[in-house]
Amino acid sequence: MARASTTQRKAVVTVCAWAVGLVIFFPILWTILTSFKSEVDAIAIPPKFLNFNWTLDNYHDVQERSRYFLHFMNSVIISLGSTILALIIAIPAAWSMAFVPGRRTKDILMWMLSTKMLPAVGVLVPIYLIFRDFGLLDTRTGLIIVLTMMNLPIVVWMLYTYFKEIPGEILEAARMDGATLSKEIIYILTPMAVPGIASTLLLNVILSWNEAFWTLNLTAANSAPLSAFIASYSSPEGLFYAKLSAASTMAIAPILILGWFSQKQLVRGLTFGAVK
Amino acid sequence: MATQASRAAGRLMISPAVILLLMWMIVPLGMTIYFSFLRYNLLIPGENPFVGLENYSYFFTDPNFWPSLVNTLFLVGGVLLITTVGGVLLALLLDQPMWGQGIVRILVIAPFFVMPTVSALVWKNMFMNPVNGVFAWIANVFGLPAFDFLAHAPLLSIILIVSWQWLPFATLILLTALQSLDSEQLEASEMDGAGPLARFFYIMVPHLSRAATVVILIQTIFLLSVFAEILVTTNGGPGNASTNLTYLVYSQSLLQYDVGLGSAGGIVAVILANIVAIFLMRMIGKNLET
Amino acid sequence: MGQIELKGVAKRFGDAEVIPPLDLKIEDGEFVVFVGPSGCGKSTLLRLIAGLEDVSGGKIEIDGRDATAERPAQRGLAMVFQSYALYPHMSVRKNIAFPLKMAKVPQAEIDAKVNNAAEILNLASYIDRRPGQLSGGQRQRVAIGRAIVRNPQAFLFDEPLSNLDAALRVNMRLEITELHNTLKTTMIYVTHDQVEAMTMADKIVVLQAGKIEQVGSPLDLYNHPKNRFVAGFIGSPKMNFMTGAEAAKHDAHEIGFRPEHIAVGETGDWKGKVTVSEHLGSDTFLHVDTEFGIINVRANGNVDVHHGDTIWMTPDRSKVHRFDAAGNTL
Ligand SMILES: Nc1ncnc2c1ncn2[C@@H]1O[C@H](COP(=O)(O)OP(=O)(O)O)[C@@H](O)[C@H]1O
Ligand SMILES: [Mg+2]
Repeated sequence: MARASTTQRKAVVTVCAWAVGLVIFFPILWTILTSFKSEVDAIAIPPKFLNFNWTLDNYHDVQERSRYFLHFMNSVIISLGSTILALIIAIPAAWSMAFVPGRRTKDILMWMLSTKMLPAVGVLVPIYLIFRDFGLLDTRTGLIIVLTMMNLPIVVWMLYTYFKEIPGEILEAARMDGATLSKEIIYILTPMAVPGIASTLLLNVILSWNEAFWTLNLTAANSAPLSAFIASYSSPEGLFYAKLSAASTMAIAPILILGWFSQKQLVRGLTFGAVK
Repeated sequence: MATQASRAAGRLMISPAVILLLMWMIVPLGMTIYFSFLRYNLLIPGENPFVGLENYSYFFTDPNFWPSLVNTLFLVGGVLLITTVGGVLLALLLDQPMWGQGIVRILVIAPFFVMPTVSALVWKNMFMNPVNGVFAWIANVFGLPAFDFLAHAPLLSIILIVSWQWLPFATLILLTALQSLDSEQLEASEMDGAGPLARFFYIMVPHLSRAATVVILIQTIFLLSVFAEILVTTNGGPGNASTNLTYLVYSQSLLQYDVGLGSAGGIVAVILANIVAIFLMRMIGKNLET
Repeated sequence: MGQIELKGVAKRFGDAEVIPPLDLKIEDGEFVVFVGPSGCGKSTLLRLIAGLEDVSGGKIEIDGRDATAERPAQRGLAMVFQSYALYPHMSVRKNIAFPLKMAKVPQAEIDAKVNNAAEILNLASYIDRRPGQLSGGQRQRVAIGRAIVRNPQAFLFDEPLSNLDAALRVNMRLEITELHNTLKTTMIYVTHDQVEAMTMADKIVVLQAGKIEQVGSPLDLYNHPKNRFVAGFIGSPKMNFMTGAEAAKHDAHEIGFRPEHIAVGETGDWKGKVTVSEHLGSDTFLHVDTEFGIINVRANGNVDVHHGDTIWMTPDRSKVHRFDAAGNTL
């Protein structure tokens, strides 16, 4: 609203907004703080906000207690791997839909979207059995395959909306200039779409990183990414709040940072371009 | 840009994506449908005879089915209510001029990036725990007895946790929609003598309704399959008090190894989701025209 | 060489026939302008020649060879698009070099050609900038530069000036004409602006609804339009048309006089009341309400006539254009 507002009004709004913002953010803040406490301080009543002995022990313990680094790497490999794989499959498809649309293009897009709406639990049993028979249970490969397919519709859609914004004349100019199809895509389309491709990558890394239905059901000790590994803290074992917090902080920190960079793309990707 | 050659190239380029997705959809879904007609339990080796609709009738008469359906609806409805109403209010607040708007925005959006397992565990242990949780301490400060959220109001607790995760999503999308509202439209209506309330109801609400519909539909898709939050907090309990459809199917197929029954439940979940999906697709499809 | 011949070329989009079969011959070195109202199929025809669209029927020959099935790049034509279609992520130099790079020309030769083009088009001062940092006119030059370096058989222009402001448009018009005089390469130029057509063309092709209405030199079209459509389309302000008794005097179904062929005086054949008078100094345009409807008159110099005045007009009857009931010139 382009409306001149008084300083007073602005001050009131600022206070309200900050209060609400801090309340909403508090669980995350609390987790981060607790991760630096000793286990005793972590359950102290009344709670200790800043007046505790800051320690890094928990981060150390988390790695000792379980192979934290392994699970972290699993998360990285699985989320990046599935996103890149999806991009490789999706870029040509989105090119085709954006620049050589046919009569059925719209139907294909809608159909791809509809596969995203298939509840995972509807295919849990067969996927589980197929994975068991092919030895894919608790492997990174298996999870990469599943997450690639889970994300493919979103990746295609996002790329499609970005590609649509590139004028077809530029690609035609390249064609006149003698570029073959592959050169057209490599030298012209991809560099022009870098921001769009980067956003797509970002959003999908986030979604894959946080995915918790398939990771919980298809992985165990070896290939569990963080989203599944953290669940092992669901059965309490003595004093563990600080360690839980340390593990959680490490699990969410990378994505929290990435996520802040991708707010705009998030809207676009998750609404399939319906809200820009 | 459409010569025979480029159109042929187009078909070639789109086919990997289409074929893979088609396989991803048809093969497992076909298997689920097939299994749902078999008596098939992983713990009972031997024949898997065709039993028609037996699994479906078992599923529908399972004492957990109706509660789980009701729980699913409460979970979806409750979260939708909290997030849309809260989202509209938050979006309106964040759209006002203020100091540090960017930072507040970041604070509000952050929960969306927290993985479901982490947020469920943090809420369960550090907030809702009746002995050591922050809520217990707050109750204590006010001289109230501590409340064991997950034991006495498991579904409500899960609704709160899930709402906390999705409120940022609703806020972000509604805020984006709000900011895309042409400020000249608001100024014009002001010139026309519309007060703040009139502006809200006649200009902003119609503009937001589209975004709100999208928020509701998309969230519904995700909320129908809430799983991790239940698994790490209540395991669907106590009893079946916090079992939703997704969790019921999971427990039947992967805990009780009843493939046939679980498959029938999966198909029911698919049908339920499709009803929502049809509406969502209509909206997005309309948007595609422009 | 750059001779292009269309034989029975037709184009349909689904059921819509955008271009019915047409024949056209473009000679080597000619500056040909396709002109016609918006949506008449000019761009489509140009894109057919370029190879960006497949023909639905007929043959396209370039220098006598059948090019109908050739890919765009094989046809040896260069195109300048309405939106310029510069590659936004490449510098001006890279943009211009791109077609050469695709043709695997050695780097030294590329550099020489790019520098040469930069000199011809006077764009050396911004050769290392990106398109986003250039003005409309500069982008236009880069687009032309990218076309020049390929040494094409013919240049295709699709409304290249329509995104420029009026003053720049006149400048670029002159530059393109000069370029044609220098290079002497065939140019096919599409526009909806008949002034561009008249000023630039050796040969104008007037199109309506995908059909060729007339082909000829600018003055040929001005003096001898084949039909009512061409008569009305070429010339500004538009020709005045009349039917009825006035037409019968000339033994025609309909007649037309160009505004510049009507004289204003104290007495005359027709009487009317001036509704609008536009005084440009060099010319005066009058819109006169008469018994035949509004008549446009163009008088040389300044004529002291204003809104509301009653005036008399006399057409130069030797310059009459006569049409039959079907709109064809008699
Ligand atoms: N790809 C296409 N599909 C369907 N119709 C088209 C296509 N391209 C152009 N047309 C139609 O062909 C006609 C001529 O278009 P065009 O050649 O762009 O006209 P001009 O350039 O003369 O303004 C228009 O009616 C347009 O709607
Ligand atoms: Mg055109």
